[in-house]
Amino acid sequence: MITEIGHYALVLACALSVTQALVPLWGVWRKDEALMATAQPVAVMQFIFTAVAFAALTHAFVSSDFSLLNVVQNSHSQKPLIYKISGVWGNHEGSMLLWVLILALFGALVAVGSRAMPRDLSAAVLAVQAWVSAAFFIFILLTSNPFLRMAQPPIEGQDLNPILQDPGLAIHPPLLYLGYVGFSITFSFAAAALIVGRIDASWARYVRPWSLIAWIFLTLGIAMGSYWAYYTLGWGGFWFWDPVENASLMPWLAGTALLHTAAVMEKRDALKIWTIFLAILAFSLSLLGTFLVRSGVLTSVHSFANDPARGVFILAILVFFIGGSLALFAWRASSLRQGGIFAPVSREGALVINNLLLTTCCATVFVGTLYPLALEAFTGDKISVGAPFFNLTFGPLFVPLILLMPVGQMLAWKRGDLLGAAQRLVVAASVGLAAALIFSALQGGPVLSVLGVAFAAYLIIGSFVEVWGRITGPGVSLSVAWMRAIGLPRSAWGTAFAHAGLGVSLFGIAAIGWGVEVVHALRSGELVPLGRYELSIGALERRNGPNYDASVVPIDIREGGRVIAHIDPARRFYRARQMPTTEAGIVTLGLGQIYVSLSELNADGSIDARLYWKPYVALIWLGALFMALGGALSLSDRRLRIGVARRAQTVAQPAE
Amino acid sequence: MTRKGRRLTLIAMALGVLGIAVALVAVAMRDTIVFFYGPTELAEKSVAPGTRLRIGGLVKMDSITRGEGRSVTFVVTDNNRDVAVSYTGQLPDLFREGQGVVAEGVLIGPAQFRADTVLAKHDETYMPREVADSLKKQGMWQPGDAPVKK
Repeated sequence: MITEIGHYALVLACALSVTQALVPLWGVWRKDEALMATAQPVAVMQFIFTAVAFAALTHAFVSSDFSLLNVVQNSHSQKPLIYKISGVWGNHEGSMLLWVLILALFGALVAVGSRAMPRDLSAAVLAVQAWVSAAFFIFILLTSNPFLRMAQPPIEGQDLNPILQDPGLAIHPPLLYLGYVGFSITFSFAAAALIVGRIDASWARYVRPWSLIAWIFLTLGIAMGSYWAYYTLGWGGFWFWDPVENASLMPWLAGTALLHTAAVMEKRDALKIWTIFLAILAFSLSLLGTFLVRSGVLTSVHSFANDPARGVFILAILVFFIGGSLALFAWRASSLRQGGIFAPVSREGALVINNLLLTTCCATVFVGTLYPLALEAFTGDKISVGAPFFNLTFGPLFVPLILLMPVGQMLAWKRGDLLGAAQRLVVAASVGLAAALIFSALQGGPVLSVLGVAFAAYLIIGSFVEVWGRITGPGVSLSVAWMRAIGLPRSAWGTAFAHAGLGVSLFGIAAIGWGVEVVHALRSGELVPLGRYELSIGALERRNGPNYDASVVPIDIREGGRVIAHIDPARRFYRARQMPTTEAGIVTLGLGQIYVSLSELNADGSIDARLYWKPYVALIWLGALFMALGGALSLSDRRLRIGVARRAQTVAQPAE
Repeated sequence: MTRKGRRLTLIAMALGVLGIAVALVAVAMRDTIVFFYGPTELAEKSVAPGTRLRIGGLVKMDSITRGEGRSVTFVVTDNNRDVAVSYTGQLPDLFREGQGVVAEGVLIGPAQFRADTVLAKHDETYMPREVADSLKKQGMWQPGDAPVKK
């Protein structure tokens, strides 16, 4: 019964989204306030019905209702509760339902928060948003219905793919979807601006919180995905330049560019058309990512089912929205009032360079990800484009970006002082140089690691030079500096933290070169040296979980003869799917990690294992947290609240 | 600077960055891309030894021989042609005889391959797509075969 309610709610939500896609637009066309006003309540109702559908599916998973095909294929009665819940989106149908749930959530949030916006703009935004959700509702109902019943329900389910039975599944997809789908709002804003034919600084102010929210979640989602892959795949790598990863990196790059260019538009009323284009691009790349991941074009742990009908349907959605929005862009962009052009050496100029580099980086990732697919489609040749390609293209383009980030922060709007900025960055550059000297003396090792750490140190210090200059000065006491620090706009702190976060991640990435990797056959009772630690290997134990059998090798980690930590690397065998997985034993010591991943049991009773010591590796993901924190600080900036935009607007246009 | 000068600077900058990017991509395309072949294709294409490439197919039954330490040899087949592969290192969890495999490395002689990376499947229901395609080409593919577990 609950399942049928969920199914029905989904159909209703679909119908509502179609209404929301058409009626408010008609209202904008006819300049009919009443028709436009339907958008808000319908958007909220659409979200409520989608939430009911999602809750119904969750109920079916939690109660192990094996009359549902989807539950049978992806669940098991003995699966722990957390994986029953997260298993809802651990399959194609459920993850698409999560996708539309978040889409509807963002729509409802815009509806609730849109009172400050001009009526026609908010109506058009919600209508465009509803076009997107209608497309995905129809997709789900026609090709990926999670509520299909089975005529003869089995007693037991087939369990979830063991690789997905991990706390990461509870966190990574929702975060990533909040990011991906968050860019649907900026897309809707862009399309709405083109439809209404009006764009100004206040538009940028309405968009900024949404692009920030999407960016924060996408940053966290990518970082979480990277950490999950790191600890679960057993190879100790954090980024594989896998097409699925690239699919999330591309919207992140475009979204980062969008954040920066929206700032120019807000402050200087310039770069409008470019901002609109980036907003379209960011969401188009999100859709492309969804297509790549969900269609079965690529094989990975993310592609749950290879049903060609789904791939074609998502491709149709992709073509419709990207093609449609670009056509709208080509048709209407020229009618928007253009902003001014400005001096190359200025904050705006720096942000243009930032955009240039970020979009070019994005383009190289795009080429590397899609070229193999295109080549295979046209010539039948199969190639693999891996890490070497991206290191050679993406790397060199990212270096100037890192060097220029602190410089850009230092330049004033309109007319910057390049020499002055360079002088103020001497400290940061010296710290970078010192870092290079210290680390090459202490660790030696690859030149790239030393260089990377130098750049990272420069970037971290350089990010805070501007803020530092604003709160200190000759004769400023500590308490005054503190008051000034609190009084600074939060967005200034946000920029500093986000930029420094990238430096922190870069530090962690650079330090990989100093890691130690040993492949060794572990025997009970022996001591294995690893870097400055010693691993004392215990005897193999059996520890069985609810739906798997595990072989565990307990390992004590010693430093100077003293036991400082303990890990339990394991191999699990999942009974329902008859499939082994490797559970790496990981412990964080300082900022580094010891990582042990077991392999096969040898005939003589020893176990092959990979042992890693990875100094500073935690910084890779800590840096992403700093970036997200910077985004959150910027989001909390009082000047960016939407109500302020309304007041500013009423002041600016008293005649209306 | 005049308005026109500013615009020109901007365009020059954009073209400069784009030019560098295109050059980098062109170089990387030449040097870092790895082709994928099945055993039959490999025989037909007469690839020069020393070329870096990926091969894929099924691990032939009873072909895995373990040598000194972690060295291992096995035969990759599409049931038409075979390639002998040597590899030293840890094999992935799901590396088994009769199952799909992809190996990356260097061709050292006709139908002789030295792998430095061996990839197997993520789970029971997944056959590397390249392998599936190459088997289909040889007419050796039955949809019910390996990939779908009911």
